Amino acid sequence: MGAGRSGPPADGDDPGPAPDVALHRGLGLTDSEASAIEALLGRVPNHLELALYAVMWSEHCSYKSSRVHLRRLPTEGPGVLVGPGENAGVVDAGGGIAVALRIESHNHPSAIEPYQGAATGVGGIIRDIFTMGARPIALMDPLRFGPLDDERSRWVAAGVVAGIAGYGNAVGVPTVGGELVFDQAYAGNPLVNVLCVGLLPVERLVLGRAGGVGNLAVLLGSATGRDGIGGVSVLASAGFTDDVVAEEAKRPNVQVGDPFEEKRLIEACLQLLDEGLVVGIQDLGGAGLACATSETASRGGVGMDVDVSAVRRREPAMEPWEVMTSESQERMLAIVTPENLGRVLEVCGRWEVAASRVGVVTAGGRLRILDGWGGEVLADVPAASLHEDAPLYDRPRRAPADRGARAADDPGRLPAPEDPGKDLEMLLVDPAWVYRQYDHQLFLNTVVAPGGDAALLRLHAPGVPGGDGRALALSADGNGYWCAADPRAGTAAVVAESALNVACVGARPVAVVNCLNFGNPEHPEVMWQLSEAIDGMAEACRSLGLPVVGGNVSLYNESAGADIDPTPVVATLGLVEELRSPPPGVGLVAGEVVLLVQAPGAAPSLGASQWAVRLRGHRGGRLAPLDLAAHRRLVEVVVGLVAAGVPGGVHDVAGGGLGVALAEMAIASGVGARVAGVDGHVGLFGEAPSRVVLSVPPGRVGEVIDAVVAAGLEAVELGTAGGERLVIEGLVDRGVDGLRQAAARVLPDALGAVGSA
Amino acid sequence: MSVTVGVVVFPGTNCEHDVVEAVARAGGEARTVWHADRRLTGVDAVVLPGGFAHGDYLRPGAIARFSPVMAAVEELARAGGPVVGICNGFQILTEAHLLPGALQKNRGLAFVCAPAELEVVTDRSVLTAGVAVGRRLRVPVNHFEGNFTCDPSTLAELVDQDRIVLRYVHNPNGSVADIAGISNEAGNVVGLMPHPERASDPLLGSEDGLVLLAALLASAGAPMASPRSGAPPVPSDGSGSGAFGAVAAAAT
Repeated sequence: MGAGRSGPPADGDDPGPAPDVALHRGLGLTDSEASAIEALLGRVPNHLELALYAVMWSEHCSYKSSRVHLRRLPTEGPGVLVGPGENAGVVDAGGGIAVALRIESHNHPSAIEPYQGAATGVGGIIRDIFTMGARPIALMDPLRFGPLDDERSRWVAAGVVAGIAGYGNAVGVPTVGGELVFDQAYAGNPLVNVLCVGLLPVERLVLGRAGGVGNLAVLLGSATGRDGIGGVSVLASAGFTDDVVAEEAKRPNVQVGDPFEEKRLIEACLQLLDEGLVVGIQDLGGAGLACATSETASRGGVGMDVDVSAVRRREPAMEPWEVMTSESQERMLAIVTPENLGRVLEVCGRWEVAASRVGVVTAGGRLRILDGWGGEVLADVPAASLHEDAPLYDRPRRAPADRGARAADDPGRLPAPEDPGKDLEMLLVDPAWVYRQYDHQLFLNTVVAPGGDAALLRLHAPGVPGGDGRALALSADGNGYWCAADPRAGTAAVVAESALNVACVGARPVAVVNCLNFGNPEHPEVMWQLSEAIDGMAEACRSLGLPVVGGNVSLYNESAGADIDPTPVVATLGLVEELRSPPPGVGLVAGEVVLLVQAPGAAPSLGASQWAVRLRGHRGGRLAPLDLAAHRRLVEVVVGLVAAGVPGGVHDVAGGGLGVALAEMAIASGVGARVAGVDGHVGLFGEAPSRVVLSVPPGRVGEVIDAVVAAGLEAVELGTAGGERLVIEGLVDRGVDGLRQAAARVLPDALGAVGSA
Repeated sequence: MSVTVGVVVFPGTNCEHDVVEAVARAGGEARTVWHADRRLTGVDAVVLPGGFAHGDYLRPGAIARFSPVMAAVEELARAGGPVVGICNGFQILTEAHLLPGALQKNRGLAFVCAPAELEVVTDRSVLTAGVAVGRRLRVPVNHFEGNFTCDPSTLAELVDQDRIVLRYVHNPNGSVADIAGISNEAGNVVGLMPHPERASDPLLGSEDGLVLLAALLASAGAPMASPRSGAPPVPSDGSGSGAFGAVAAAAT
């Protein structure tokens, strides 16, 4: 990794600060934040109180740099039951069933300790879902790593995949899809995002709030240890430097996961909720007990007394501030009435989940930390101040100085490839090596497995009425190349692609969640990217009728001073009203006509394309324009055609352009094609939004074209499917099996041996 | 008369709901049985479903075999009742010495979740009674420790006694003799790594698992017509030493 060992001095090393100055800086608070806390309390805070504010006012918990921008996102819609701000968004799926979904990042822990970082990311997102009363039914993992020829990146990638498999499989939640990207931009700071979806009967919906003075706060699950202390502040809210020793020293800030504990916790909590035994429930994630106690109290407009000595511990001699900020995994805080405590302990006992009363709901809104009931008061702060009074920064924003030059540097001027077929082959990566390691079938829901445009799942889960023939679709999408070239247009295109992906499996897109992965917000260029990306997302979501029901902002994704490409990831939820048979999926049917359906006048661009960046190392140029109104019509047409069972194969044209789309269809079905009219390598590899390839029975081509034209879109007849070769006249002539083997080889060759090392 | 299948739930089990649903699709009834129960009342057959019983800590199945319900499962097995272990359930049956051999980590040391093509090797088991020998079935596998192994004499015994129930057409895990599932001597206790419940609906890509589950229901509904009525319903002794022998062999 980085060669130098002498990074810039940490703030705490400044010469001559007073001891308390060193203390708050060491906890990650700035001087002005420390002053604000002192003003708020009207006195000098003690160490424990400072520690509470440090974690709760961290970037990770408070969104202090992004909140001012996030407000511009549309968050409401007819089906939205719960929007951003709770543990997960909840969307009404009709028929008494709701879908809970959330996405989070676990980038920094995974960079330092790939297996546990990824595993605990999975564990955390699952808790966010069952906290809402939902049975978690599916996971997805958008992953971004450094290049495959970098040894450390291979180690990180293999460890992350193993961590997701090891935790997700054992906890019993299938992993039904994701993304896999390798690029230099992520070499020092990989992106490990995790999405979870759950189903619940609408009446079981619960919120993470305390209520009822005198009610009890019961801590469920694992004992509390020293793992993960400062995870949200030291680790998640600061960038990586090139100081290898310092970064390695952060390893203890990463938590350690236990999927068996989590599995029992899921079952125990769902039973508690089914029996109506809890007033509110909250998972312990970032900032641990400090967050769960203050958040439940603050949301409920009450206070809480917490007996820190009642918290079960893994090790002796833990300080109160360590207990309150530990991020030990697999813990939940339930608010229960005193009369239900006995039954709560009984249910937990059945599932072998430890439970202890650690707090009591009080009037007056104070969060007090006590050493024993009636014992010494160790901290006393307004609970709401930990959330509502967190600083709000409108940080300086500035477009990058090279923006114009970069846009003008069009890769269309690069020499045309001598062998476009060879280039095509190099762009193909079969992700099966990854998803074969994930249980993607549990609960008998998976109609379209990983590898398709979107996952398609039956709307059905244990303990949830369903099985009425409906289905949900999920797609997670991001594109750092597009967003680096133009964060606003790139993000809009990502939203558009995600919506089209769920349409390709026949689902109507209904809502999105986002995970905004960006660099250091103290860099004005990064804040500009974030602000632009949010505007692009807002515009696309409004046009496509997609409320943003939840999200996560991950900042400080930088390494040795270099920020990652702006990488907003969007996950789209789609619904299918009646699923009678599996959708056609990615593929070609011999004898069928290959049709390209697109927005009128689509003009593919090599700017920020897979071909230009991955094969030529060229990151300049402009994106093809996106017509959101036409895109919405395209989504509707595709949903209609797939629902009517017309096409024999469907695939969205995305990264890699038409060539990659055709090759993926050929590989998936083992059926070749002969197509013509592709305009050189720009037509082959150029990227543009709002394009779909269909394989259509010859007798139904007229009807498809009529539907497409009626929607103000255009259809281009490319050729015919069949044979064992993919022939794109004048450009490509390759055997389908050779392409398949080339794509299948990439990951096992690079990563296959890493896992056992 | 409908047959009732008891599906045992250990802490960490996760396929119980899927098995209950698939048994219903195959025309039977199923209910879950908690691992701490000591009795199996009103149950005609038992399935130990997949998952991670007791977190797979120590070794898959190593702790589950001590759960209270296992005494009743063993009793049912001795009495000739149908007992089927799927995936983690197979691992538990070997740890409990109701079946010989052991399931070690997959060749390649990676978890594998993928469709598998199986061949029915014998119809002399509760899971394949009435199914044509040689029939191919498409049923998914989903495991890290599915690589069946046993010592050569146990393997010879399995072959000689026609106790290899299912074989992989393309071996996904390195299992000896491509074994996907085996039975005890009497044919009433069967362990298999593939998940028949995951092939129980055309929406999921295959209904072939229902062939196996229907055979189980038929066997359970006619306990007197045991698949090996000639064989005495006794425990297969010697299987215990087989399991330990295999572990020792794997370590060398």
